[in-house]
Amino acid sequence: MRDAHPSPVVRLRDVSKAYPGGASVLRGLHLELTAGEYVAVIGESGVGKSTLLNLVAGLDAPDAGEVEVCGAPMARLGDDQATLLRRRHIGFVFQAFHVLPHLTVLQNVALPLALNGLSADHAVVMLAAVGLAAKGQRKPRELSGGELQRVAIARALVHRPALLLADEPTGNLDPATASSVLALLRRQVAATGAAAILVTHSALAAASADRVLRLTSDGLVPA
Amino acid sequence: MTAARLTAALAWSALRTQPGRSLVAALAIAVGIALGLAIHLINHSAVAEFSRAVASLAGEADLSLRGRMPEDVFAALAGDPDVAVASPQLELRVNLPGRREPLTVLGLDPFRAAALAPQLVGRPVEAPDGGRGPAGGGLALLEPDVVFLSPAALEWLGLAPGDRLPVQVGVATRELRVAGSLPAVGAGRRLGVMDIAGAQWTLDHPGLLTRIDLRLRPGADPAALRARWADRLPAGTRFETPGESGERGANVSRAYRVNLSVLALVALFTGAFLVFSTQVLSLLRRRPQLALLRVLGLTRGGLFALVLAEGAVLGLAGSVAGAAGGIAIAALSLRLLGGDLGGGYFNGIVPALSVSPGAVAGFVALGVAASLAGCLVPAWSAARARPAAALKAGDEETAMARVRSPWTGLACFAAAGALLSAGPVDELPLPGYAAVACLLVGGLALMPWLTARLLTLIPDAWARRPVAGLALTQLREAPGYAGIGLAGVLASFSLMAAMAIMVASFRVSLADWLDHVLPAQLYLRVGGGGETGFLAPADQEAIAATPGVARADFLRSRALSLDPRRPDVLLLARAITRDRPAARLPLVGDPVPVPRDAVPVWVSEAVVDLYGVRAGDAWTLPLGGQGLPVVVAGVWRDYARQHGAVAMAMEDYRRATGDARVNDVAIWLAEGADPGRVQAALRERLGAGEGLSFVEAGELRRISLDIFDRSFAVTYLLEVVAVGVGLAGIAVSFGGQALARLREFGMLRHLGFRRRDVDALLALEGALLSAIGVAAGLGLGWLISQVLIRVINPQSFHWTMDTAVPWPLLLAVSAVLVALATLTSVVAGRRALSVGAVRAVKEDW
Ligand SMILES: Nc1ncnc2c1ncn2[C@@H]1O[C@H](COP(=O)(O)OP(=O)(O)O)[C@@H](O)[C@H]1O
Ligand SMILES: [Mg+2]
Repeated sequence: MRDAHPSPVVRLRDVSKAYPGGASVLRGLHLELTAGEYVAVIGESGVGKSTLLNLVAGLDAPDAGEVEVCGAPMARLGDDQATLLRRRHIGFVFQAFHVLPHLTVLQNVALPLALNGLSADHAVVMLAAVGLAAKGQRKPRELSGGELQRVAIARALVHRPALLLADEPTGNLDPATASSVLALLRRQVAATGAAAILVTHSALAAASADRVLRLTSDGLVPA
Repeated sequence: MTAARLTAALAWSALRTQPGRSLVAALAIAVGIALGLAIHLINHSAVAEFSRAVASLAGEADLSLRGRMPEDVFAALAGDPDVAVASPQLELRVNLPGRREPLTVLGLDPFRAAALAPQLVGRPVEAPDGGRGPAGGGLALLEPDVVFLSPAALEWLGLAPGDRLPVQVGVATRELRVAGSLPAVGAGRRLGVMDIAGAQWTLDHPGLLTRIDLRLRPGADPAALRARWADRLPAGTRFETPGESGERGANVSRAYRVNLSVLALVALFTGAFLVFSTQVLSLLRRRPQLALLRVLGLTRGGLFALVLAEGAVLGLAGSVAGAAGGIAIAALSLRLLGGDLGGGYFNGIVPALSVSPGAVAGFVALGVAASLAGCLVPAWSAARARPAAALKAGDEETAMARVRSPWTGLACFAAAGALLSAGPVDELPLPGYAAVACLLVGGLALMPWLTARLLTLIPDAWARRPVAGLALTQLREAPGYAGIGLAGVLASFSLMAAMAIMVASFRVSLADWLDHVLPAQLYLRVGGGGETGFLAPADQEAIAATPGVARADFLRSRALSLDPRRPDVLLLARAITRDRPAARLPLVGDPVPVPRDAVPVWVSEAVVDLYGVRAGDAWTLPLGGQGLPVVVAGVWRDYARQHGAVAMAMEDYRRATGDARVNDVAIWLAEGADPGRVQAALRERLGAGEGLSFVEAGELRRISLDIFDRSFAVTYLLEVVAVGVGLAGIAVSFGGQALARLREFGMLRHLGFRRRDVDALLALEGALLSAIGVAAGLGLGWLISQVLIRVINPQSFHWTMDTAVPWPLLLAVSAVLVALATLTSVVAGRRALSVGAVRAVKEDW
């Protein structure tokens, strides 16, 4: 187990964000996420869900408010420091998989281990955990969409991050595949002990979460 | 919207979304077309002017007898019943004191010439003082020291009718009176005309004719006349029709011209290649989009047409710009360099630019064709792709699988080998040039395979760091993609390396040759290039007896016509001993023993190639009225006379011709003698002024190498252009790849790659790839240089050379290329990533 007294993995305080030339997207947002907590964020398209994840990941900076991840003030870190924190503590799952086409499945999964200077052994374990043990030497183009997303999940968790960020991970999948991928994600996040923010617009996806929040123009409200 | 309009619209938008790459590809085509057209126009203008000059000399003659001959031939021919008019001529290149270039002077009989070539009859100008001045009356035509100059000659010499023209005869200076002009002689031709008797007398060539023009009686058969006179003519003369003379003019510079044109074609080839790699990369990037079009209902033919249309637009834009540039370059070069681009083939001719619309249209069509050729393979493979597979990321390498096989490349190499075993075609090394093209194409085709092979050779242990490991893995897995990007470097760098090796080899061999042919300390030359400067026997004795002169070797050189369709060869008579010819001549191969009673001659490599004689052969030289039987005793290397030279011992020459004059002297100084003093003493003894030119061996060597460097300046320029185009090619191809990999970089940033990690990844890839490209380019360049040195040069210019590789230059250029490519790769990646990691992952694959 990770921590006896769970301190927040993510803490957002009064966060606001507007894009240049556009109306403000996020206003006065609050969010606290403890270790191992699995939260779903739902909301209409264009409301700012992806923006929220980018702020958490340190890929974008808020106009006001504070973003803390694992105790570090993301907005005040330099790009390199934020990147190193992301490298160590955050895993990503995208809607469009983003698996490197020229690497094998196993090499793709092992990427975060290599980046963190860890042995690649755990990649095999992780691949087996997502049910793709037999396909480690395949190229991504030989896999189906559901399988690709499972590769992405293995890659996101292989280095045991404290936080997993998933942006509409089932958006490109059919309902049956989507539910099996969601179940797998839930299982593996639990097994890793990571906290997770799952962004989705599907109620079905949200059902697997500990807590469901709705992002509206007034902020995050319990759904 | 019709299908054609849709195709055009799609092609246009594809080109516009990658303006940099489209621009470079079009530019490369433009460079090739500009150079090719410029060289064509310059040569066309020069040859046209030359032919005009030949035609104006011949006038309306049916037949001419050419060659050095005594006057009595004229009397005999004029008496032939078939001959209506016979006009004798003496053509001499007259040395002008203080000028390097001689002036061609025609001696003719004005009354006979008036019937055949009226434009060559001078028009006297009344003397300003009204009296019997230097140019008085019609009788001026016959005065022995009167000359009429063409407008171009007047302008060149800065003279006007009434002025005096100093000319060199022997070592003395004589003055001719300029009595008027030759208004009907073409504007580009420098020419003087004198009365023939006056020319023979004043220019000291008594009794000599070089040409007799004939007008035949109506109904007479020229062939019959030729046959009748065939064995009654002196050795070294023969009949020619005006057409045959013109042909020789065009032949003079043919190899040089072809050589330059091939250089231009090389630029065009590189251009076609850049279009190819631009299109391949652009199509790879657009594969999913094109697949989508196919899914939406675009036919195979439609897709093929789309890709070709893009190529046609690139080609047309490049060609039109190139044609404009070519005309400008041609106009400028004609004004600055003359019609032979510094090659020295058309002395005395200053051509005006003539642009034929047909040639321009032809070159534009060539540019479009080159561009279309570059598009053909990518278009075909794009049209063939199965849309379902192409929609997926990472499918490009399947498309590349064919490219990764080494067989196409090896087949090209085999074809090159076969071509090299063929001899020249029509005296041009066309198979050699084709072999170079095969080597290039083969090298390019082998690139993906070679890249993959070389990358597997790199030990994994070198790539422990995650960034290095990722770079290596990606390159190994996708060498096709990477190899295409490299092709630009390979094409331009291998050609540059080949040219550099060839030029260095040539220069080193030339320097060795100069050491061999310039053994003395001081050289005395009496009027270079002309025929009227010489040293009489008395002068020679005076030189040998001058204090400070330890030894003097005399050299007689004169033109010898061995074949009417070819330029004259040079006959060199000098102090050669039959036992030790290597002391004076840079022999190649061993000399062969010659019978005691035979006259030995040593021929340059060009004579072997052009006239088919070999060491040991018996041969006849047109010397001394009858032919002189000689034996070829050896072959020597001659970089000075591309049309051939024949060397013989001075005493053999004198015995055969009775000609005791010489042109050049090699002087060994006595111990401690001061070259300046000796020169002054010689000048005083010979009583000669500007006509004598002294030059020390070291200076002659330097001047020769300077001339060499200058004449290769055009080549250096083309090399710089080639490397520049190649670098631009790298820049755009890396730029294109960086754009194509935007989502990859975005994802890596999400995974925790810092900016500098992405930079390092790109730098590593760029350095590895360009190092492979440069190494392969060096290898391919060496192969091509061997074709240039062993096949193309000997076949074009009839000289051989020993290979010398300019390592410092090549390594420096290699290092710069790798460094620039690495930098380019990083800059391209930075620019691509400036859109931000967040947006990058948002896009669909
Ligand atoms: N880089 C950007 N520049 C300007 N506006 C943006 C940018 N990214 C997103 N937006 C706008 O911000 C809003 C929220 O976008 P996003 O967070 O992607 O929505 P969601 O993920 O909830 O669909 C949208 O209205 C979108 O148009
Ligand atoms: Mg979104």
